[in-house]
Amino acid sequence: MNEAVIHLHRGGPLVALVGNPNCGKTALFNLLTGSRQKVANYAGVTVERKEGRLLAAAGRAVRVLDLPGTYSLHPRSPDERVTCDVLAGRAVGEMRPDLTVCVVDATNLRRHLRLVLAVQRLGLPVVVALNMEDLARARGLNIDAAALSVELGVPVVPTVAVQTGGDAALRALVADRARWPQPVATDNSGRSDADRVQGILERLGLDGLAPHTTSDRIDRVVLHPVAGPLLLAAVLFLTFQAVFSWATVPMEAIKAGTAALGAWVGQALPTTGAWGAVNSLLVDGVIAGAGGVLVFLPQILILFAFILTLEESGYLPRAAFLLDRIMGSVGLSGRSFIPLLSSFACAIPGIMATRTIANPRDRLVTMAIAPLMTCSARLPVYALLIGAFVPQRDVWGGIELQGLVLFGLYVAGIVGAMAVAWVLKRFTSHAQVRTLMMELPAYHLPRLRNVALGLWQRTTIFLRRVGTIILVLTIVLWFLASFPAPPAGATRPAIEYSLAGMLGQALAVVFAPIGFNWQISIALVPGLAAREVAVSSLGTVYALSAAGSDTAQQLMPLIAQQWRLPTALSLLAWYVFAPQCLSTLAAIKRETGGWTMPVVVAGYLFALAYLASFITYRVALALGG
Amino acid sequence: MTHAHPRRSDSIRLPELDNGREAVVLAIDTAAAPPDSAWSQHLHDLGFAAGERVMVMHRGWPGGDPLVVRVGVSTYALRRAEAACIAVGLAP
Repeated sequence: MNEAVIHLHRGGPLVALVGNPNCGKTALFNLLTGSRQKVANYAGVTVERKEGRLLAAAGRAVRVLDLPGTYSLHPRSPDERVTCDVLAGRAVGEMRPDLTVCVVDATNLRRHLRLVLAVQRLGLPVVVALNMEDLARARGLNIDAAALSVELGVPVVPTVAVQTGGDAALRALVADRARWPQPVATDNSGRSDADRVQGILERLGLDGLAPHTTSDRIDRVVLHPVAGPLLLAAVLFLTFQAVFSWATVPMEAIKAGTAALGAWVGQALPTTGAWGAVNSLLVDGVIAGAGGVLVFLPQILILFAFILTLEESGYLPRAAFLLDRIMGSVGLSGRSFIPLLSSFACAIPGIMATRTIANPRDRLVTMAIAPLMTCSARLPVYALLIGAFVPQRDVWGGIELQGLVLFGLYVAGIVGAMAVAWVLKRFTSHAQVRTLMMELPAYHLPRLRNVALGLWQRTTIFLRRVGTIILVLTIVLWFLASFPAPPAGATRPAIEYSLAGMLGQALAVVFAPIGFNWQISIALVPGLAAREVAVSSLGTVYALSAAGSDTAQQLMPLIAQQWRLPTALSLLAWYVFAPQCLSTLAAIKRETGGWTMPVVVAGYLFALAYLASFITYRVALALGG
Repeated sequence: MTHAHPRRSDSIRLPELDNGREAVVLAIDTAAAPPDSAWSQHLHDLGFAAGERVMVMHRGWPGGDPLVVRVGVSTYALRRAEAACIAVGLAP
């Protein structure tokens, strides 16, 4: 995940990209600097400053800063404050920009030009990038860039940030310091910015309104009081169905591949002596552990394909609108929706996205419940347990039972989050009315390239996790689970005499009331570093417990046979709530600047998880599971 | 001949405007807004300035909250309480 680290490339002049939210600053930044920062179609994707470099003439570099979007220089949330501070030269560790590129949406000059005037008044040299110029032309708006340049007294260059080479004119200007303008004299006529913009638009013949009729037509269905919520439910439901039903083939292929590799390595290496230990480390540790997590890559990619498509299309703010009433009833606003939705990918960007929330109380509450949204790292755990304990069959009309259970787990997380927010509302909110004021952008057809790029990034992130943290922890666990060796004449499997076995049995005392055996208890410990590690750990623990190495690839049937259903359900309930992720707690600490919030969040989540698992286990036992 | 035009002084609040009916922003009045909310500034920043054309596009259900509002060529979701700070007059 992207951390809040500012990379300081000293020694070059600084160019800052400024503009209203969702006008394409980051897309332009990516073009100019060759970066791959996240872009999407809603306000507030970029919540911190990001720096890149553009190579200018004679090999000299220009530092380019991408700033969070803002509607004005009166910040209303922490992300907008970053932008205002940088422009005013107040930002810690950052100089005042030598040039500001005001990115304006050519289809909405009225609002965007006001910010340009405000930035000019700060005494900064300004260049205007007339972005989405292609869309404006398609809507019949012919903007005379030269005339606009005369009106504003600054250079105006047309750009199309979503097109390769769409930044050519801007790039040429930024790269050539001789062409950078001087700050323009402030307008002393006493007219308001709105009046001045109105005058400019009238003189350019642009003061008519060209509404985006396609978007309006789509909204008639999407925002319809009945059809809208039904469509939202259908979209979410389809996503979870697809995660299970579309992933079968690639998952089987990966499974077969790792099984074959395990068998080959198992046979190629001797099973006795020092080579026997290496054999076990590779087969039981690396392949059974890390390989067992790799299987879930197709499901994660399908989930992200849906999320990325929705982000690109502009649907997300509409979903936030539809859910605003529900959010309001638990004391949050629709503004909390997008941070919470990001948390379905991973809670860390979700927690960072809370910077767009103006109300400090709401921001803390959103951070506290973000870990309850089912992040993609839970997917391997859920998929393993569902695969092992939920039969693969159709319930009414093509709806798949496994997908239905997964949907239920996601709903459980959401309901849990809402309940927590509701309880917090009782104690901390004093019937305040919260700010929504959220822009609904025009719909765009999702760009295949962006979705593909996003999926590729997810793949590399996932593979890197498997190859680093998951692999390392698996190997560490293998050592802990293999040494010390059992005493002579031992009757039980060797692992029970090892360090991990002893630790697991000690922990099992705590977890026995909620139905966890010692194997699960030990897997939860490395699982704190990353949730998927619980799966790889179970793989290693069971592979080592088994008599022969042939069981290495068969964790799913193994637990199906050895665990009782109440235990599986209890573990699912645990994973809905438990803060099995140290990086999330670290992100909360970083965002709040203290230990209070992360400790409180970890405490309440563990308590909630234990309670939920206890109830689940006991009820399932009573029902005769 | 003034009787032919609706009077500009017929000021209503944005939530009272029928869906799809065009009106003009007359003023922002945040007397009823929560204290220290700076709604006046924020609404102004979003483009709710006197003279701008506005229209209510959709309403949440039930209760007509929040609203989807078009101002100029921008579209926003506003809470009912936020929209109630915007005084509008019907377009002549």
